[in-house]
Amino acid sequence: MDNIVERVKKIVAEQLGVNEADIKNESSFVDDLGADSLDTVELVMALEEEFECEIPDEEAEKITSVQQAIDYILANKK
Amino acid sequence: MLQGQIALVTGASRGIGKAVALELARLGATVIGTATSPEGAGNISAYLAEAGAQGRGEVLEVRDQAQVDALISGIEKEIGPVSILVNNAGITRDNLAMRMKDEEWDAVIDTNLKAVFRLSKAVMRGMMKARSGRIINITSVVGHAGNPGQANYCAAKAGVAGMTRSLARELGSRNVTVNCVAPGFIDTDMTKVLSDEQKTSLLGNIPLGRLGLPEDIAAAVAFLASPGAAYVTGTTVHVNGGMYMD
Repeated sequence: MDNIVERVKKIVAEQLGVNEADIKNESSFVDDLGADSLDTVELVMALEEEFECEIPDEEAEKITSVQQAIDYILANKK
Repeated sequence: MLQGQIALVTGASRGIGKAVALELARLGATVIGTATSPEGAGNISAYLAEAGAQGRGEVLEVRDQAQVDALISGIEKEIGPVSILVNNAGITRDNLAMRMKDEEWDAVIDTNLKAVFRLSKAVMRGMMKARSGRIINITSVVGHAGNPGQANYCAAKAGVAGMTRSLARELGSRNVTVNCVAPGFIDTDMTKVLSDEQKTSLLGNIPLGRLGLPEDIAAAVAFLASPGAAYVTGTTVHVNGGMYMD
């Protein structure tokens, strides 16, 4: 569980070019971390690769914060 | 100049596509050329081998999403992500608008417009990740000037030009450029069907006084694929002997 939180935050930091220390669970990609719409698409692509899963577009649209990403991964990991 | 690049050229068995594939290969790219038939794909493999180039032909029906996905992921797994996409495959189903059947309209829009989006979308992910990529769409002078008997073809080509500008805006921040090359009348199988009378009247409207060669188009594509075109995006390079000027 902690491991997944760490991995998600690491990916968010890499993709959005922000400091890992500034990423909180409740951080919104767009409002708090300065992501644009293309960044969020790329972020989902990176999560798919890290966790070896496919996130359908309609699910991807609902992932707008770090917590939502963590929840999705936890609920769908193999 | 293009060493290490992986170029995918659709409709590469003859005409403009063949000239483009050969030119990109000459500049050092690994070229995958597509054709709708196994014979066509075999031809591509043969002419690339003869030129001492890296790459080969593949069978692809651009209207088939599953085939497109399989080809793109296959290339990626085998040699790496496509870094140059040339959307060249195209068909004509000419008819006066009054007589044009739905099938003629749909076939041309499907192959010449929708498939360009389909291929572009399929390579986008790899290009975005790589933070570099070139999408080059072969349109046509008639997409700008119009042509009687080609409402479907002109609509598709003008549609590609509009899509090009949108994609250029979407992907610019990831260093992916998207441009068109708009050929005028080029001496290929597609224009061989024109009568001598039609050709004579055409030439009267071409300041340079000749039909274009596939190599004239390949040179423009090569420029857009080259490092020198890094700051060119969302535009159309017209290669038409002056028959149409913006």
